[in-house]
Parts: sequence; C-alpha cells; structure tokens
Amino acid sequence: MIDPHFTVSEDGLMTPEGTFSPGSPPAGIRRVPKGVDSLGTEHLIVNMGPQHPSTHGVLRLIVELDGEEVVAVEVSIGFLHRGIEKLAESRRFDQLATLMDRGDYVSAIHGEQAAALAVEKLMGIEIPTKAAWIRTLTAELNRLASHIVWFGTFGLDTGAMGQFLYAMRDREALLDILEEISGQRMMFNYVRPGGVLADLPAGIDRKILAFCDTFEVYLEEHHALLGCNEIFQSRVKNIGIVTKETALAFGLTGANLRATGIAFDVRRDRPYDAYPALEFDIPVGTVGDAWDRYMVRMEEMRQSVRMVRQLVAGMPEGEHMAKVPKVLRPPAGEVYASVESSRGETGIHLFTDGGATPYRYRYRGASFFTCQLFEEVLPGHLFADACMLLGSFDIMLGEVDR
Amino acid sequence: MSPEVVSLLRVLAAVGLMLMNGVVLIYMLRKVLGRLHQRLGPMHVGPHGLFQTPMDVVKLLTKEDITPANVDKALYFIAPAVVFTPSLMAYAAIPFSETWKITDLDTGLLYTFTVLSLVSISLLMAGWASANKWSLLGGMRAVGQQIAYEVPLLLSVLPIVMYTGTLNMGEIVSAQSGTWLEVIPRWFITNPLFWPTFVLFFIAMLIKVNQTPFDLSEAESELVTGFATEYSSMKFGLIFLSEFSNSFVASAIAVTLFFGGWSLPWVPDEYLAPIAPLVFMIKVYIGVFIMMWIRGTLPRVRIDVLMQLGWKVLIPATLGWIMICGVLMKLFDLGRPVS
Repeated sequence: MIDPHFTVSEDGLMTPEGTFSPGSPPAGIRRVPKGVDSLGTEHLIVNMGPQHPSTHGVLRLIVELDGEEVVAVEVSIGFLHRGIEKLAESRRFDQLATLMDRGDYVSAIHGEQAAALAVEKLMGIEIPTKAAWIRTLTAELNRLASHIVWFGTFGLDTGAMGQFLYAMRDREALLDILEEISGQRMMFNYVRPGGVLADLPAGIDRKILAFCDTFEVYLEEHHALLGCNEIFQSRVKNIGIVTKETALAFGLTGANLRATGIAFDVRRDRPYDAYPALEFDIPVGTVGDAWDRYMVRMEEMRQSVRMVRQLVAGMPEGEHMAKVPKVLRPPAGEVYASVESSRGETGIHLFTDGGATPYRYRYRGASFFTCQLFEEVLPGHLFADACMLLGSFDIMLGEVDR
Repeated sequence: MSPEVVSLLRVLAAVGLMLMNGVVLIYMLRKVLGRLHQRLGPMHVGPHGLFQTPMDVVKLLTKEDITPANVDKALYFIAPAVVFTPSLMAYAAIPFSETWKITDLDTGLLYTFTVLSLVSISLLMAGWASANKWSLLGGMRAVGQQIAYEVPLLLSVLPIVMYTGTLNMGEIVSAQSGTWLEVIPRWFITNPLFWPTFVLFFIAMLIKVNQTPFDLSEAESELVTGFATEYSSMKFGLIFLSEFSNSFVASAIAVTLFFGGWSLPWVPDEYLAPIAPLVFMIKVYIGVFIMMWIRGTLPRVRIDVLMQLGWKVLIPATLGWIMICGVLMKLFDLGRPVS
C-alpha cells in the first residue's frame, strides 16, 4: 500500500510529489542501474544520509544493494554548501582565516595557513622565523587533533565504541593547548597574512611537552586496543583497495594517497613555513587498503609528535608578526599556495585585481576529491564494509561542500 | 492459597523481576560503559544518576506513540509484544534457588532455548512491518543470524545433558554440587571436559542474544538502529527491555550450566538456603558485566564472517565435540547422571 502523496521515482527513490522532482541527472553523474536478475529479484536502493550515523556529516550516498553487497553508489553532496568561495570575494584578505575555519573545521589551522601563504606569496611578504615556527607548531598540533578524531570515528564505524571516547579525551587536551595559544577551541582564526595573531603564551612549552609524553603512551594504547584486535584486522585488511593509478586519476592526496605507496607530501615536496628545518619521515603503504590507510595515519601521528618536540625545542626568539599594512592590497595577479592538511593537499588558488578583496578565490579541499572515489571503490564490497570504508578515507564535509 | 493463585503470583513475580531487572541493567550498562570509557555515566538525576533510568521509563511511557505512514499496521503494532513475550517466558524455567523457581520443568533447558528462538520471528515482523529499508535490512540480518546460531547453541550444551542425563535446569545445578580436593567447586566450568563446551556456548550465546561483537542486526554505524528504527515511545521501550532481559537470561543459563547456579560449595547448606537467590543473581550479574565489558571494547564482526563462523566452524565443532565427549564419557565412565 503506497501513500498517494508519494510516488516511486524511476530509480526507486520515494520523492514527495510536486515538491521535488529528480528530473534528468546532470551529465557526468552516473545513473544507478536497476538490477534485475533471472530470478526476478530486484536490488534494494537505500538512501544513506544525509542524516546517517556513519556518513560523518551531511553526505548522501544512494546505495544499490544486492542483499548485503553494494552494487553501485551515487554520491550526492552539497548539503553543507555555504558559498565560502563567493563569500571570500567580499572579504578583506585578513578576514579569509575566518572563512577557512569553517571549511575543514576539524583541522582549521591548515586552511588558515593556506590562505595566509597565498596572500604572502602574492605580496612577497617575508614572515619572521618565529611566526613560521609557531604556525608549524599549531599546524602539527591541529593535525594530531584531527587525526585523533579520525581514529575515534573509524573505531565507531567498525563498531568499537570505546575508541571514540578515548580519542575525545586526547583531543580535549590538545584543544586546551590550542585554546591557550589562539583563544579558540575550533575556529582558531589565528594564522594571518604576515604571521600569527599572538605570540605563544608563557609556559606553553612545558604543557605541550607534557602532553607529548602522555600522548605517545596513549597512542600505543590506542593501537594495541584497536589496531591489534583480530576482529578489526579482519575487517580492514585487503578491503577497499585503491591502486596507485586510481589514486592519481582521482587526484587523491594526503594519507589516502600515501597509503597506495606514493610518497607525496606537500610538507616535504613543496616545503613551507618551518618544515624545511624539521626532521620527519613520510609513512607509505603498500597495498592501498583500509589497513594501510589506518597504519599511515597512526604513523603520521607519531611523526607529528616528533615534529612538535623539535618545534618546541628549537622555537626561535623574535617577532610573531611581520610589518604589514592594515589593509592588504596585493598586486593584480594569480597565485596558488597549498599546505598539507590532515586530509591531503589544501590549496588556495587566488586571483586578485589590485583591490582589497579577492577577485576569485578557489578553495581546493582534499576531501572533495576523496569523495568522488566512493563511486569507484565501494561497489563490490559488503554494506558493512562500505560504512567502514567511508571512515577509512577520513572525509570532512565542510571541505567537500565549502 | 489455591495453586492457581500461587501460579499467578509467580507469573507476576517474573514480570516484576523482568521489568526491574531491565531498569537495573540499563543503569548498570550506562555506568559500566561510562567507567570503561573514562567518563562518569549518568550523574545528575538522583545520587550518582540512580533515578536516570526510572525517569527514562517515565519519558518513554509518556512520549507520543508515532505510527509512520505506510507501515503494516497490524504487524507493526504486535511486533513489540511478540518481542517482549518470549523474553518474559524465558524466565519460567530458570531456577533461582532450590525452592525459588517459577516452574520446575523437566525440559527446562530445551524450553528456554525454544522460547528464545521465538524472538527472531518478531524481529523479522518488526523489520518488515516498519516499511523502512534500514529496518528491513536489520530484520533480515537478525533472522539470518538467529537461524544460523540456533543449531550450534543447542548442540553446544548437549555434552552437559549427556553428562547429567537431564534437561531440568535445577537438576543440572544439583549435579554440580561438591568440591574437588575440598577447595575447587565441582562446577562444570572447573571440569576440563566442559571447557570447549563453554567456549562454543559462550560464542553462540553472544550471537544469539545479539551482543557486541555480534550485534549486527542493529549495527548503529550501518543500519541506524536496525529493526527498531521506526519504533518510538513504549514500543521501542519494550524492544529495548526485551534485549536487556535476553542478555540476563543468557547469563542465567550460563551460570546454571557452568557456574553451579545458586550453589556455593564452601558455605554449608543451612546458611546458603536463605541467600541462594542472591548468590545466583550476583553470579548472573557478573556474567552480564562481562558482556557489557565486551560491548564497550570490541569492534563488530562482518556479516559474512559471522555466517561462516556459524555454519562452517561452530556446527562442525559442536558436533565433533559431542562425539569426542560421548566416547570419553563411555570409555572412562565419566557421567554423573542425576537419579
């Protein structure tokens, strides 16, 4: 018995009549095929999201299931679109950080850093060494805060509820430190063209080092509890394999790319701020499965702790902000600056016309590219694996929809 | 009192026990998970959040009962009752002490397992009637899982039945009286013959009562809440309560079969008799605590792994162990049949 207010649309989705009609899909979006086999069984099409516990925000996946197996996936995005790129065109250059915070809101420093680097590159501003070091320090702390959230939610996706709460405990300590440095817990608004908003507070180095000591122990505990678990390993090993070719074709960056075996890291290959002065290793995977992505991120956290220690030990004296004019007016031109954020390469492609606001502001979020991969990777896996795989790629919808 | 009145009182006692148990277990789950996760759990309603669960019951009872459009009304309506009833019936054969039992069934063990297997029908009803694809997937998973583990669960306890020669749960407890070397209780868990039996039973039982790491039919990260997605108000409450009750029953069966039920061999009978139900409850609660511990720690297995474990590993393993047990019992004359 079907309610007269609802009609079954061609692809099996129920849509309220009159209010919304799916129409023909835009060119390029693959239509989910309707599967019928010789027995006359039909595939089940489920609408996963935008309100679903494991889509990590407001992502909508239209999933076609054959029993428990995923046959096809269509990714539907845009539920969190706030028009950051357009809004940026009416903001001064020192106000861009505020917008970038709302992009990838779990690793906000990286977005701010990309915006600041773009403006500095265009204006030729040399920032003081200390400013560069503080930026790098906060960026690495933020990477830890972001990766630990990924760890927790990934645990949740595989059904282990404890990891999430342990992860939140560690993140809490990190956010306390970042709050003390920047004055904010999430939307830091700290990195500005020319340097950073404020100098490091006195005594923060001891707090950071104390955190590093406990966190290193906790990290191994996390790995022992989740990564060394037999059930977990059977869930993630050889599941969701992404080959090098696919990864390059889809423009994957960050840990997802490195898990396939390609050692590309913006921090090393296009160094910025204090990274040239730091010693760190770039972990790479071999198979490109969910397990590799897990291991790469866990190792990245260890490397981040290593970098934080170096940064605290070698923090130079000096100014935290270069001498920049109150209203920044970069010359007309075009520039691309990118940073290694927690999710891959976050890039800003900035066009200016000599005015006090950007002419065009293009924000490259790494998750946007990862998102497209779902249509390629998820089919052929079980539905439970599909949910786990969403977690393994670590997407942030704020960055996808922008 | 006439026998009818006594029976009625016993049934009422079972209902009361089940409801109170549910409330206590939910509070316990929250606190145990809280401690496992380094947080406090409920703290604000009453001392240490003691009244949180009763308040939640009140909330569930007074909430608007929403029946979504498109549901199969009849099935949707009776499914929670059909979930709840077998859970309640399962209490009938459990011996809380020598004298405290609702019935004294000679087929108690078989009865309990049969009643528990009725739950799967209602889960399918709930999943199908909800007209929700998540519910349907959850219901289907639940039934697949329950059917796959019906067989190994029953087979896994057969060595005990062979050993004691009875299906009466009270008599199985009496068969575990006494001590080895005056210290170790002669519970079946201390008998190496039943160690494999216990492992097989434990796995099958966890799956049967839908506990982590086998809680696939309501896997929150995948299926929202599975078959219960469309239920609200006390209908949801009943499904929820029956689940807690089932884990209690599972633990009670484990205690009865392997941990000597209400018996404590070091305590003389005249002292034990008044506190026997309490001893039993404490043992059961320890079992429930272990289930919660697992729930707070382990990730969830995948459906195909679960099915393969059931059909390809557990069924051959249980059958093989029955055979080995039979041969051993015959060769060394191990059985202690209850006369």
